[in-house]
Amino acid sequence: MVGSKIVKSVDALVIGAGPAGLAAALALKNSGIKNILVVERESAPGGILMQCIHNGFGLHRFKEELTGPEYAERYIDSARKEDIIPLTNTAAIDIIDNGKTKTVVLLSEEIGLASIKTKVVILAMGCRERNRGNIAIPGSRPAGVITAGLAQKMTNLHGLLPGKKIVILGSGDIGLIMARRLTWEGSKVKAVVEVQPHPGGLNRNIVQCLNDFNIPLYLSHTITNITGDKRIRKVHIAPIDTHFDPKKTGNFTLSCDCLLLSVGLIPENELSLKAGVTLDPITRGAVVGADLMTNVPGIFSCGNVLQVHDLVDFVSEEAEYCGKAAAAYIKGTCKKGAQIPVKAGNLVRYVLPSKVRRGAEALISLRSMGPSKNVSIIIKTDTEVLYKAIHKKIFPSIMLRIPIKQIPAGAKHVEVFFEAEEK
Amino acid sequence: MKRKLTIKNLTCIACPMGCDLEVTYTPEKIIEVKGNTCKRGITYAETEIFHPERVVTTTVRVKGARIEFVPVKTEKTIPKKLTHSVIKHASGVTLKAPVKVGDIVIKNILNSGVNLIVTRNLVCVNQKSKKRKRKKSS
Ligand SMILES: Cc1cc2nc3c(=O)[nH]c(=O)nc-3n(C[C@H](O)[C@H](O)[C@H](O)COP(=O)(O)OP(=O)(O)OC[C@H]3O[C@@H](n4cnc5c(N)ncnc54)[C@H](O)[C@@H]3O)c2cc1C
Ligand code: SF4
Repeated sequence: MVGSKIVKSVDALVIGAGPAGLAAALALKNSGIKNILVVERESAPGGILMQCIHNGFGLHRFKEELTGPEYAERYIDSARKEDIIPLTNTAAIDIIDNGKTKTVVLLSEEIGLASIKTKVVILAMGCRERNRGNIAIPGSRPAGVITAGLAQKMTNLHGLLPGKKIVILGSGDIGLIMARRLTWEGSKVKAVVEVQPHPGGLNRNIVQCLNDFNIPLYLSHTITNITGDKRIRKVHIAPIDTHFDPKKTGNFTLSCDCLLLSVGLIPENELSLKAGVTLDPITRGAVVGADLMTNVPGIFSCGNVLQVHDLVDFVSEEAEYCGKAAAAYIKGTCKKGAQIPVKAGNLVRYVLPSKVRRGAEALISLRSMGPSKNVSIIIKTDTEVLYKAIHKKIFPSIMLRIPIKQIPAGAKHVEVFFEAEEK
Repeated sequence: MKRKLTIKNLTCIACPMGCDLEVTYTPEKIIEVKGNTCKRGITYAETEIFHPERVVTTTVRVKGARIEFVPVKTEKTIPKKLTHSVIKHASGVTLKAPVKVGDIVIKNILNSGVNLIVTRNLVCVNQKSKKRKRKKSS
């Protein structure tokens, strides 16, 4: 930061100082890599957590319930103790792959334009929100239609209320959290409208953010039109049929001065694409192998830029794993053993990583296609079952993370799938 | 005399699992909790039925920092019915930078026995910009 000399070359360059970037940098340091640079385009480290002032973070990691900023401060502190001070107000704008090394182009308030050579790049840029352009709602284009995360930033960092009468489209966690936050701040949240037949966010957030305040949740409904000249005045809401088309009956309107969109997050991978990183069409994050390394050797990915996480604890865990693997890559001590493919089977929306290593441990993340009850999750190779557990309920909103002690030496592939259980 | 039994379905909010609980209780006490994955589900059911509590998080004004608001929370859960008053109370406070995680904003807020505390570190910007100026001039 201020006063730190900008070096010409480093061993590892981490892009993003959110929980993923910080944990990855700490793991690199703890694995003996000293020459690390973390860059952050915002004016402070911490990432999206700094605006998530609600509690609910850190139950796995710290066995206590922290707020977003508190969780981030712990990592910022640990990083500082290890002399890792992120270079803030600095955006990575390009990555060039020169084979053994990479060049990262930085644009910074303090140093202007700079090119840094590095052996390893860790992508930790997080994600951004889908907006109206991504979901196409018909109607006029008045002011007052914003994403829930932007509303969160306005309210929590700048003390600005986005509106007095609010409708929320999408029942993702950010929208739910904002329903409560804005109600507490004196706004009237009239409804949350969700196209799916089930909520997008966690059940606990339905309870403590909607039910606590009697905010209605319209499942299998959508917004068919927005009206208003300068400012939004009304939204038209309709139930939908099984083809997701609005029905002719049961329509109603709600007057409002603000519509919040909470319709999902997309990993922010424009930069990764420039470097030639291949993305997965489902996760929209990089395709990674056993070391969380992308198809470009030396470029790694972790956190929300790799896959959208619901728990920051898992982000930290993934980033630590990634930092360790990147350190091994730099030192030339990568684990041996061929990598074999991991396939998503019945009811599995995606699995990550796309490959695991024979003879090594693995940590497999997955999400289900939809909610179901009484199912087993099974992980097996071509010849043997490695893991099986019965789940009473599964939701696509809850990512499952399953550690496997050792992938058998002779395995040809691994498949992950759900199977219905007799009750 | 026969005790009146009530059965209520709750969602445990003590962790992201969000277990569906079926709670059987009398006006005096909990008889049975079903559906919980861990012990905290029972504690949750007990408080939720007889005296619901929540952690409250909000922001207060801060002067002299890079941003004008700093996040705060009640250190522990407080009775749910106090939520609104806590937020109102907090909105009247202005802190001065520097502030750090754990600093007490309001002690024993509304006699709840719980403190309202800061949840983010913010340094004083003036000090920092002075330092920066000094560096530039040297
Ligand atoms: C609104 C919201 C509510 C949430 N609620 C919860 C919750 O209750 N409990 C829970 O456990 N988890 C929650 N999460 C999830 C958790 O916060 C995220 O999973 C976690 O913050 C992701 O960490 P990250 O480091 O991958 O990304 P981020 O925190 O987004 O950090 C990425 C950082 O990279 C920087 N960056 C991006 N591009 C560049 C570039 N080109 N150059 C330099 N820097 C760049 C960004 O500025 C940012 O600081 C929530 C998330 C959101 C968005
Ligand atoms: S019962 Fe235990 S596991 Fe289930 S939601 Fe409550 S705290 Fe979480």
